[in-house]
Amino acid sequence: MDMHATRTAAAGPSAADAPIVLEADRVEKTYPNGTHALNDTSVQVRRGEFVSLLGPSGCGKSTLLKMFAGLEVPSSGRIVLHDGHDAAGRASGHRSMAMVFQEATLMPWAQVADNARLPLDLAGMRREESDPRIADALELVGLSQFAQAYPRELSGGMQMRASIARALAVQPSILLMDEPFGALDEFTRNKLDSDLHQLWEQRGFTVVFVTHSIYEAVFLSSRVVVMAARPGRVIADVTIDAPPHRDEAYRVSQPFIDNCRILSQHLSRANRGER
Amino acid sequence: MSASTAALPQPAGTAGFAANPTLVRIAAPTLLGVVLLAVWQFICTTFDVPEYLVPSPLRIAQTLAEDWALLTSALMTTLKVTFLAFALAVVLGVAAAFLFVQSRIVEISLFPYAVILQVTPIVAIAPLIIIWVKDPLPAMVICATIVALFPIISNTILGLRSVNPGLMNLFRLNQATRWQTLARLRVPSALPFFFGGLRISSGLALIGAVVAEFVAGTGGTASGLAYQILQSGFQLNIPRLFAALFLITLTGIVLFSAMAALSKWALRWHESEMN
Repeated sequence: MDMHATRTAAAGPSAADAPIVLEADRVEKTYPNGTHALNDTSVQVRRGEFVSLLGPSGCGKSTLLKMFAGLEVPSSGRIVLHDGHDAAGRASGHRSMAMVFQEATLMPWAQVADNARLPLDLAGMRREESDPRIADALELVGLSQFAQAYPRELSGGMQMRASIARALAVQPSILLMDEPFGALDEFTRNKLDSDLHQLWEQRGFTVVFVTHSIYEAVFLSSRVVVMAARPGRVIADVTIDAPPHRDEAYRVSQPFIDNCRILSQHLSRANRGER
Repeated sequence: MSASTAALPQPAGTAGFAANPTLVRIAAPTLLGVVLLAVWQFICTTFDVPEYLVPSPLRIAQTLAEDWALLTSALMTTLKVTFLAFALAVVLGVAAAFLFVQSRIVEISLFPYAVILQVTPIVAIAPLIIIWVKDPLPAMVICATIVALFPIISNTILGLRSVNPGLMNLFRLNQATRWQTLARLRVPSALPFFFGGLRISSGLALIGAVVAEFVAGTGGTASGLAYQILQSGFQLNIPRLFAALFLITLTGIVLFSAMAALSKWALRWHESEMN
């Protein structure tokens, strides 16, 4: 089965014809201490896609994501953000991008609602405008009753939800997620995967999701960019052939298993040094 | 009823005490104090210890009552110096800390001098200051300020720099201005450290006030408790000396408790207050 050419319904909202919103063009990253994190990497992300960056530690997936976010600068090559938003976008709070990290990184001195409001506050949005957005975001992640709670009163999963609410409050067109559920237990992780998928279906934003879990990548993504380490590089770009709407039944269905196998094969080949 | 067995606190787990930890926290040291006082009184009475060597607690209490007016007016003077010095140390210390954090070159240039100020014993500097600044009250305030200053500077700098790197990234990602980062991130992050410095400095301001007074010697028009200690020593009025000493100690305890309570209130959200 030719995974690369197939344009299936699985790729979510009309992905292959959608415009490119984010692009890494032959980027490389070498750190001052000599670590060669990324080698000649090119990735394109189209509007509405859910793209996972999948690979083992050291393959440069987090580095690539940080470059998309503007937190790292490539040593060579370029990152292009085709956002089509004007410069005034910052003040009006319409950020093109929001990022969610592996740690919830909430401000411990602020309540959940104020934490979620931070990006809007920094952009100068007035309370009257931001309040409804926060209420909406908290409801989306199921934390409406905890708006007044402090982070230390929440469990790990709830803190991560608060972190996601903060990202959603800016109504991003692109959501960058760096192994956001990696620190959580499997039950919580599956639940959050499910919720995230529903959110993505509803809202239609573009997601770039870093993970080292094949299962998570197959469950969530319309497309998986498989990466390998030493040096960090892309070894495969796999479109996930599966129904667009995914639930728990999908996790044990044949398409799911098939996709996992395909990804797993790519990764093993890389391990054996064949790519 | 033997004082030793009845007054000693029961081990944790005994029904009555375990029910109220605050009660234990207050009752246990208080009971110990009462026991020690009782033992002290007992020794003084039984062995007929002369009051010019070690006065008994009852004799001290009596002196406190007799010389109440004298001692409380001395207490006011010492308190005035302490509070002025503490306030000055906080204002100058915080300002210096902000300055150091904003400008590396200022920090590198000035920090060694701050350290020199810290490590030079105040008893060595005080005579100079008292000669230069003729008026005793300002002279003592300056001495006490010097003693109380450094912990505030160093703790506040540490706090302003101890920002969660994840939060720092978040602020950078949202293009926060320098001022926004300072006000919304650095200052709240610095609070636990700042209050730690406050607790230390309050006690040091008192010590500085007392030391300055000792160095100023007798004959100052503004006479605080340290002056009373000196005078009582010369006149061999040892009970009054102990009474003055007791008041100084009490002041130190009250200051520390006040700072601890303030800290607890302001840092409701912090792990150190989580119990």
